[in-house]
Amino acid sequence: MEPIRKHEGLVYPLNRSNVDTDQIIPKQFLKRIERQGFGQFLFYNWRFHHDGSQKEDFSLNQPKYDGTSILVAGENFGCGSSREHAPWALEDYGFKVILAPSFADIFFNNCIKNGILAVTLPEEEISQLIQKAENETYHLTADLKNQVIYDNEGFKTSFEVNDYQKEMLINGWDDISVTLTHENKIKQYESKKVGV
Amino acid sequence: MTQPKTIVEKIWDQHVVHLEKGKPDLLYIDLHLIHEVTSPQAFEGLRMNDRSVRRPERTYATMDHNVPTRERHIIKDAVSKKQMETLKQNCDEFGIPLADIDHPDQGIVHVIGPELGLTQPGKTIVCGDSHTSTHGAFGALAFGIGTSEVEHVLATQTLWQAPPKTLNVKVNGELGTGVTAKDLILAVIGKYGVRFGTGYVIEYTGDAIRSLTMEQRMTVCNMSIEAGARAGLISPDETTVEYLRGKRHVPEGQAFDEARDEWLALASDEGAVYDHTLEIDASEIEPQVTWGTNPGMCLPVSASVPDPAEATTDNKRAEIEHALNYMDLQPNQPISDIAIEHVFIGSCTNSRISDLQKAAEIVRGKTVHSSVTAIVVPGSQSVKQQAEAEGLDVVFKQAGFEWRDAGCSMCLAMNDDVIPPGERCASTSNRNFEGRQGTDARTHLVSPEMAAAAAITGHFTDVRQFTNALQH
Repeated sequence: MEPIRKHEGLVYPLNRSNVDTDQIIPKQFLKRIERQGFGQFLFYNWRFHHDGSQKEDFSLNQPKYDGTSILVAGENFGCGSSREHAPWALEDYGFKVILAPSFADIFFNNCIKNGILAVTLPEEEISQLIQKAENETYHLTADLKNQVIYDNEGFKTSFEVNDYQKEMLINGWDDISVTLTHENKIKQYESKKVGV
Repeated sequence: MTQPKTIVEKIWDQHVVHLEKGKPDLLYIDLHLIHEVTSPQAFEGLRMNDRSVRRPERTYATMDHNVPTRERHIIKDAVSKKQMETLKQNCDEFGIPLADIDHPDQGIVHVIGPELGLTQPGKTIVCGDSHTSTHGAFGALAFGIGTSEVEHVLATQTLWQAPPKTLNVKVNGELGTGVTAKDLILAVIGKYGVRFGTGYVIEYTGDAIRSLTMEQRMTVCNMSIEAGARAGLISPDETTVEYLRGKRHVPEGQAFDEARDEWLALASDEGAVYDHTLEIDASEIEPQVTWGTNPGMCLPVSASVPDPAEATTDNKRAEIEHALNYMDLQPNQPISDIAIEHVFIGSCTNSRISDLQKAAEIVRGKTVHSSVTAIVVPGSQSVKQQAEAEGLDVVFKQAGFEWRDAGCSMCLAMNDDVIPPGERCASTSNRNFEGRQGTDARTHLVSPEMAAAAAITGHFTDVRQFTNALQH
């Protein structure tokens, strides 16, 4: 997984609450056995008509959001199905950072495992950021090391992140190798509790 | 005297492998269930890193999401077929037991785990599927995980987990006649919304929960994730013990008696402290129907569709307008006036034998409305077999239902069972998200009894009146 320390990017505002993972990537695209290539299916039913042509009125299809890498959304982002295809699609499309007032638990974990920085910010700040990104070409910087999000117009806010998750993201670690350093403990547990 | 504990604290304490300040706990996983959709990339990760499956005998696989429910050997979609073949190859390579499409134990992963007795009180159970919360009905700590975590569990039989907060959902009183476990959980989510459980493990307590059968408890725990909670569970009691007695993977004889004592001791202690408690009165619950695009958008069948003009905030108004637009419903339209074109009885929420028995009682001797296509998809081949032994298949078929093989089917429409754009379905599943049952399809979540009644009348009908009308 790619480490993420500091990221500056164009903001895309998605002013909706309870965006579920069925919206992020519909089920017909979960049949592939690879991890890559899901970006083309991101928000598929919102971005495309039945015949595969683009829906011009869906904001992500507007040229002004080309190259976006920071998604700002409403509360409970990523609810529903546990499909990791959702963060795979977001990551493959180019999103590195997601900001929302709250996230669904499984989705949040899945983001961390894929090097996507998911940050919870107060609702008022999210509304403010959404408004800015709807009205202008708006860039933000997410600095994970110092736990701050800022723009170059004077907006700056700090955020909470769990130390362990921060360490994993900053180093781009695969947590299986970390866990395997505790293999003796797993063996001990198994011999005591569950039999070998 | 020792501090009273919740069942979650007891299970947690028994499974911690490694504790370290500033880190989540490393938790041992007793049972890992896998299916074809969320596992291929995990196995590929193992191969790329030259890792093996630590405990294949604690892993159990089935095929459910993609499987056709008729002519099951004709898998038209080559990508689906490849995904199923890949699961078989992975299970062969790593020595994992698999109930594939030809196996008599095949079925929806959350139906067969309990059926085979793999699901037991006190176990930590995970699966790359958010409805893993179902297994909590047995007093297991069971939750859905992503594919990276599937790989982690395959390789290490553990997961890093921060101890969860606990939420006591206390359901007092008694459910009325014709009101089901499905109505109970829909009413809870309708009242408190789709995110009150985020960050929590829910424990369902109270008289109304105690009087539920195991299959009804599974329906309740299944939908914990629709309230945002990764896990929902119910302390084991004699109902739990009796369900498990004689199941294939459950100990027998003296070992069963010992297990029984351990299971019952897991129940939350009197005076145990929860981070939060919500209470609801079961006697006030009516049969429920969802009207919108998440399970919290839910009302009694006697109610009318909400009017966005009456919303208390701009955000809520926008949310209701968006949902009504997608669902093609009018503000203040009585729910009982909504006509449907499809009925789906199935899914890990409501496809067990008792669900089919209850639905069959409603349709017996009746005919499916001429504008409705109705299907019954048993949760497992074993449920199917039992239903056929009881003649339920004949009841459904004579009424005009299609009788299918086991699978997830129209709950998420990954196989051929898809609702066409713009059409409306009364579904016993768990999610009414946009596009869930097909692009631009409209889903209304209901109990099996309500789905059966709607199939006959062609629109939502209070099953209590329907049953009364039959009796008079």
